[in-house]
Amino acid sequence: MSDIPQELKYTKSHEWIRVEDDGSLTVGITEHAQGLLGDMVFVELPDVGDEFEAEQDCAVVESVKAASDIYCPVEGEVVAVNEELEDAPEQINVNSYHEGWIFRIQPLKENDLDHLMSPDEYAELVESESH
Amino acid sequence: MTNTELKETPIIKAHQDMGAKLVDFGGWNMPIHYGSQLDEHHQVRKDAGMFDVCHMTIVDLRGCEVIDYLAKLMANDVAKIADKPGKALYSCMLNNEGGVIDDLIIYFMESAWVRVIVNSSTREKDLAWMRSQIDNMAVDLTERDDLAMIAVQGPNAREFAAKALGDEIAGAQELKPFNALLINSGSDNERFVARTGYTGEDGYEIVCPNSQAEQTWRLLADAGIKPCGLGARDTLRLEAGMNLYGNDMDETQSPLESGLSWTVDFSNENRHFNGRAALEKQKEDGLKYKFVGLILEGKGVLRAHQGVLVEGSENAGELTSGTFSPTMQKAIGFARVPVEANETCQVEIRKKHLNAKIVKLPFVRNGKVLVD
Repeated sequence: MSDIPQELKYTKSHEWIRVEDDGSLTVGITEHAQGLLGDMVFVELPDVGDEFEAEQDCAVVESVKAASDIYCPVEGEVVAVNEELEDAPEQINVNSYHEGWIFRIQPLKENDLDHLMSPDEYAELVESESH
Repeated sequence: MTNTELKETPIIKAHQDMGAKLVDFGGWNMPIHYGSQLDEHHQVRKDAGMFDVCHMTIVDLRGCEVIDYLAKLMANDVAKIADKPGKALYSCMLNNEGGVIDDLIIYFMESAWVRVIVNSSTREKDLAWMRSQIDNMAVDLTERDDLAMIAVQGPNAREFAAKALGDEIAGAQELKPFNALLINSGSDNERFVARTGYTGEDGYEIVCPNSQAEQTWRLLADAGIKPCGLGARDTLRLEAGMNLYGNDMDETQSPLESGLSWTVDFSNENRHFNGRAALEKQKEDGLKYKFVGLILEGKGVLRAHQGVLVEGSENAGELTSGTFSPTMQKAIGFARVPVEANETCQVEIRKKHLNAKIVKLPFVRNGKVLVD
């Protein structure tokens, strides 16, 4: 069973979301997702200042095996990106929940997180997809 | 998705014990990697790795007309290996329109016996086509699903295999590249060892009875040959400039526009192989595309089906295979591009146009990068 930290929220497309003190959201892909994709070799980041709709594709991670879109969890503006991934995409494999974060977004609306999954709901999704 | 209907090779237990990540590979439950596809790739380039290739289809053709039969069936000329026991020949099997039904390796075993190894994904149509082409010739076709195959590849692979298997593969060390040997012929311990592979490195493909495959795998592992998944097999064959059926050529493509002209032998005018007339017409009309290697100049990854734009040509090209090369640390691929293409082109990746260099294949052989 892969690691699903209790303090994070999740999406059905395998992103994790951490709510920061300033209300911004840090986004990455889950341990489970990086395991499925395998060795990362390229990350295409959004630009700071880019605005996205909820569930719009906003970044791409590519492993040797496949390219995978990253979807924006909420409507908002990108306030930071993890530029280190440009030279070291393997950080996503090493620690997808910390050094492997991809971007941070400031939501446009308050209380826009209700549709995100809890750790338990995400664990169920992972379980159901592995059968 | 359920795994219950997936076919398993006789080595499945060892894969599970060795930590394989198993995936549905054309209906087979096969290892994609054992932890890291990249590590496995480097392992083969620098030392020794092995692949379970039991899913591939081994076919024995016997009979006094087997050479005549293959002369018509194959685009390459089997006369090159006839009467040279153990010699191997790579060829395409074409339909009458000149499209590629499959690519395969033919081994001349002995008088009136030829072994052919075809792809797993094309097994049924290959067998049906091969049977239909026998007509009333004296050729008997037997699928050898009682046999397993393990590919050991890398600069140290042959030495480690000799250490692991000893007398079981006696004589294999003297094999020249693209030759095979039958050991303990006719016994329960029969081994077929070929100095062939799909990685661009030296090594063997070892065929043994299914019942002995798992033990052989474990002996090879004990001797230092690391298990590698089909993920690494794909990046290795791409670097080595080797085509993959279904990606780089298929029934709608001519071998002449798939980088396989070197395997089509027109030299004997009296050899009327399947597809010959169509290919001759194609040559007469002029080829529109050529098959090349691409290296992406910036960051990103090349993938099959990305579009290729060439200056001075209205025709678009297309990537047929692509990946990130672990050896070169750059994105590489194969593409079918308009013949006008010269030194550079642009690849369409997610609506952006990125510059790529056009190179002659292969990219890597025997551990060395051959392109700038």
